[in-house]
Amino acid sequence: MNKVDEHHDPHLAHHFDTPVQQYSSAKVGMWVFLATEILMFGGLFCAYAVYRGTHPEVFLYANHFLDTNLGAINTVVLLTSSLTMAWAVRAAQLGQQKLLVGLLFLTLLGGFGFMGIKTIEYTSKYKHGLWVGTENAFYYKSDSFTNPEKLVGAVEYGESHNAVTPSTESTDSLSEQIKDVAQNDEQVNQPQAVLPTDAQTNIPEANQGPVGLSTQFGRNEGDAAAYNYPEKKPLTYEDLTPQQRTLVSQFFQIYFLMTGLHGIHVLVGMALIFWLLIRSMLGTFGPKYFVPVDLVGLYWHIVDLIWIFLFPLLYLIH
Amino acid sequence: MSWLFTLDHKRIGILYMIAVLTFFLVGGIFAIVLRVMLALPIADAGNQMGMEMNDTRAIVHSQNATVPDEALNLIFNPGQRTPEELQTDVEAVLTDTAAKNPNANVPIVDYAQLNEARTAAAGNYATKLNNHNTLYNQSFTLHGAVMVFLFIIPAIPAIIGNFVLPLMLGAKDVAFPRLNLASWYCYMGGAIFFIWVLGKGIMNYIVPTLERVWGGGGLDTGWTFYTPYSTETNTAVVAATGGAFILGFSSILTAVNFIASIHMLRPKNMTWFRMPLMLWALYATAVIQILATPVLAITLLLLIAERVLHVGIFDPALGGDPILYQHFFWFYSHPAVYIMILPAMGIVSEVISVFSRKHIFGYAFIACSSMAIAILGFLVWGHHMFTSGQSELLNAVFSIITMLVAIPSAIKVFNWLTTMYNGSIRLDSPMLYALGFIWLFTIGGLTGIYCATLAVNIHIHDTYFIVAHFHYVMVGSTLFAFLAGMHYWWPKMFGKMYSERWAQIGWFLVFVGFNVTFFIQFIMGALGMPRRYATYIDKYQIYHHISTGGSLILTVGLFLVLFVWIHSLLRGKQAPANPWGANSLEWHTVSPPPHANFDHAPPATDPYDYSHWRWKPEIEGYILDEASEPEERQAMAHNDS
Ligand code: HEM
Ligand SMILES: [Cu+2]
Repeated sequence: MNKVDEHHDPHLAHHFDTPVQQYSSAKVGMWVFLATEILMFGGLFCAYAVYRGTHPEVFLYANHFLDTNLGAINTVVLLTSSLTMAWAVRAAQLGQQKLLVGLLFLTLLGGFGFMGIKTIEYTSKYKHGLWVGTENAFYYKSDSFTNPEKLVGAVEYGESHNAVTPSTESTDSLSEQIKDVAQNDEQVNQPQAVLPTDAQTNIPEANQGPVGLSTQFGRNEGDAAAYNYPEKKPLTYEDLTPQQRTLVSQFFQIYFLMTGLHGIHVLVGMALIFWLLIRSMLGTFGPKYFVPVDLVGLYWHIVDLIWIFLFPLLYLIH
Repeated sequence: MSWLFTLDHKRIGILYMIAVLTFFLVGGIFAIVLRVMLALPIADAGNQMGMEMNDTRAIVHSQNATVPDEALNLIFNPGQRTPEELQTDVEAVLTDTAAKNPNANVPIVDYAQLNEARTAAAGNYATKLNNHNTLYNQSFTLHGAVMVFLFIIPAIPAIIGNFVLPLMLGAKDVAFPRLNLASWYCYMGGAIFFIWVLGKGIMNYIVPTLERVWGGGGLDTGWTFYTPYSTETNTAVVAATGGAFILGFSSILTAVNFIASIHMLRPKNMTWFRMPLMLWALYATAVIQILATPVLAITLLLLIAERVLHVGIFDPALGGDPILYQHFFWFYSHPAVYIMILPAMGIVSEVISVFSRKHIFGYAFIACSSMAIAILGFLVWGHHMFTSGQSELLNAVFSIITMLVAIPSAIKVFNWLTTMYNGSIRLDSPMLYALGFIWLFTIGGLTGIYCATLAVNIHIHDTYFIVAHFHYVMVGSTLFAFLAGMHYWWPKMFGKMYSERWAQIGWFLVFVGFNVTFFIQFIMGALGMPRRYATYIDKYQIYHHISTGGSLILTVGLFLVLFVWIHSLLRGKQAPANPWGANSLEWHTVSPPPHANFDHAPPATDPYDYSHWRWKPEIEGYILDEASEPEERQAMAHNDS
């Protein structure tokens, strides 16, 4: 092996022989790290697949609560910022300082745009009681079960929102229905063991066996019917059995977990791009040294890629 | 100070060594706590109640009268009677006695006092048992979690791997030295957090007033954090899983570093199939770490979300599925056992060949079987869930794939045995540990087939048979290979020799202690002793006593090993560059290696060709015999200068 000469360039670490070797190592390292990111989201995609598989009709219904237009705009915003990022890498390699600064700035702006729209979406969900965990109106431990107006508000929001046949249901009949849950419970032999036995009091959980993955292989009749759900007819709240309605919250939990984790990644990416922006204004990058721009670029593309999967799975499912 | 900011892989390896050994000590102390508790269990409920009821007896006798046996029997064995029924029955007996024997001094029993004493006794016993169980549950959780996450997973890759990987590549450092240091800080951060959270609960138990100072804590879920218990217990699940999450980062950063180093820093003439097997093993391990750890990370995050936000992903009441948690958990944790065993196998391959002075047999098979194990390891997680209620078809499939893992493992064992066959074997301490490894791994692996057999699994699931099995594979192989590696590379790491004689005595104690501790557990498990219980029926006492005895021998052995090392640092002789006559690149530089490892990187040749090393008695080490050097090396040496 060659001895490293004493006058090597300042960006070459002592344990590498050539800048090319150093650059390729950095890329290998980054790719391997990005593989771990994808696998981490892979866990969430698995959870999504499992619950979509066990309650397809619920997912079909619940997805109407998301705002497809905002989601689509966000997709465009993120794709554009990916473009400016890729271009920024090119600019760094060619030593086009001003262009680099401008493109990084645009990318950062894209990040802000994306997070801004996310905030709008999240706030509207929050306002309509479609929030995480017990804060979700469909969650049977939430107070919407003792205070049904909250649930009605949420349902009406969802149905008017996506122009599905608006609900004509009055508050009274809805709360009646919720009270009926206990009776329906015995008649509807659903495969999901998730049956609020009494919406007004605490629901005993002890005897509810595991569902989903742990059920036997064959499907029950109810499931088969759910699978062949007539697609033409718009789903409405009334179409769902009371048991399925309580499961709607699960869709939101998965939605918030997936987009939330993705959002955190966007924030990290924005911080990294901000750091690049500062350094590029100081003129650090050029044809001889652009590895950080390149690596952050890779990261940003992966974040973008994950969104490309999230958008159809959550917003566009049919 | 310069140590805490060092970017030198050798120093980082030593930093890891200090930390990991300290945590091993912590985990070990709690192993002894467990064994001592099991040697002195709270006796079974009936006996204990009987002792507490001496007070009750005193109340009856205080009447200074003869109590008929029949009445006493009733009082001490009330069965299902309510206090009132008991009173009626006892009074009936007393009246009866008085009637039959008018002279008898029949006592007047104070039933109120009696009942009070009885309730107090039962309450006392319940509290005592409850405390005992709490301490036991928190101790085995701490022991298991510390041993798995802080000791066996990082031990070989982070300590030995960090030290020898660049040396074996003839490189100056790992690919990303800064990331390497960051990984150590992640490890320390996660570990200290982890021990703090888990230890708090136990300290609170010992000194209850402490709870007011630093609040609750502790963890009693076992190292597996199974839902739904983990979402309901009031111990510190969120904090502990947070610690494990940070530890995962450390693991991932090390793996990224190893993969990049092996890909990018290999010298040109070291082709993939000329890499020492240790590097193959570390590479396969890093691949598993990359693929499995992120799944653990998301599982822990989901668990935290479940507890904090009640998202219901694992909660059946909301359509979630606790079995999904188990799938996620074992998708990481089964491969994790290969994260523990593969580097161990790498060390054993090196040591067996060097101390048999024979070329390793079936090099390509060993290398490829590492990768085969790494891949198969991802397909068998469901064998931890045979009794969870997953479908029978899944059970059968997982059972069959599990059996397949035996093939690459057996390939390795047979290759090691063949390497030794007809070799000139030297029983130095690294070799003794490697042989110990083969012995223990074979027992652990064969009993693994019992565990993977569906019908047998139903019987032994969650018994001590499982405890024995995983200790044989995890401790028997990882700990033994770790010790083999430490003894083998010790002279290189510190430039000092240790006392071979005492090292061998240490090996003997560790080996005997280990087998006494854990072999008996196979028997006790097959007889039905369940795991994770603080008390048991008398039938199992003798087995627990033997096991505890063995664990004390093991402890003495491990401390002896530690003293041998410390003694070597203080008093050891200067180590030669190559005390064993091995041929991988790390032995081509002085011991300990200088800052940039080599003043002139040696050309890589077949790492298992020992023909050109000659023993030189004056330095008690081997030196290169120029004349018998392979042509290839000479040619390369010429090109270079
Ligand atoms: C020093 C000798 C050791 C002794 C005497 C010992 C003893 C024990 C005992 C009594 C248990 C609890 C069994 C139960 O209640 O289910 C246990 C569990 C465990 N031990 Fe060890 N152990 C030792 C060393 C180790 C080492 C070195 C490791 C790791 C390499 C290890 C890993 C584990 C694990 C993973 C568990 C399972 C905890 C669980 O049930 O979740 N042990 N050990
Ligand atoms: Cu396993």
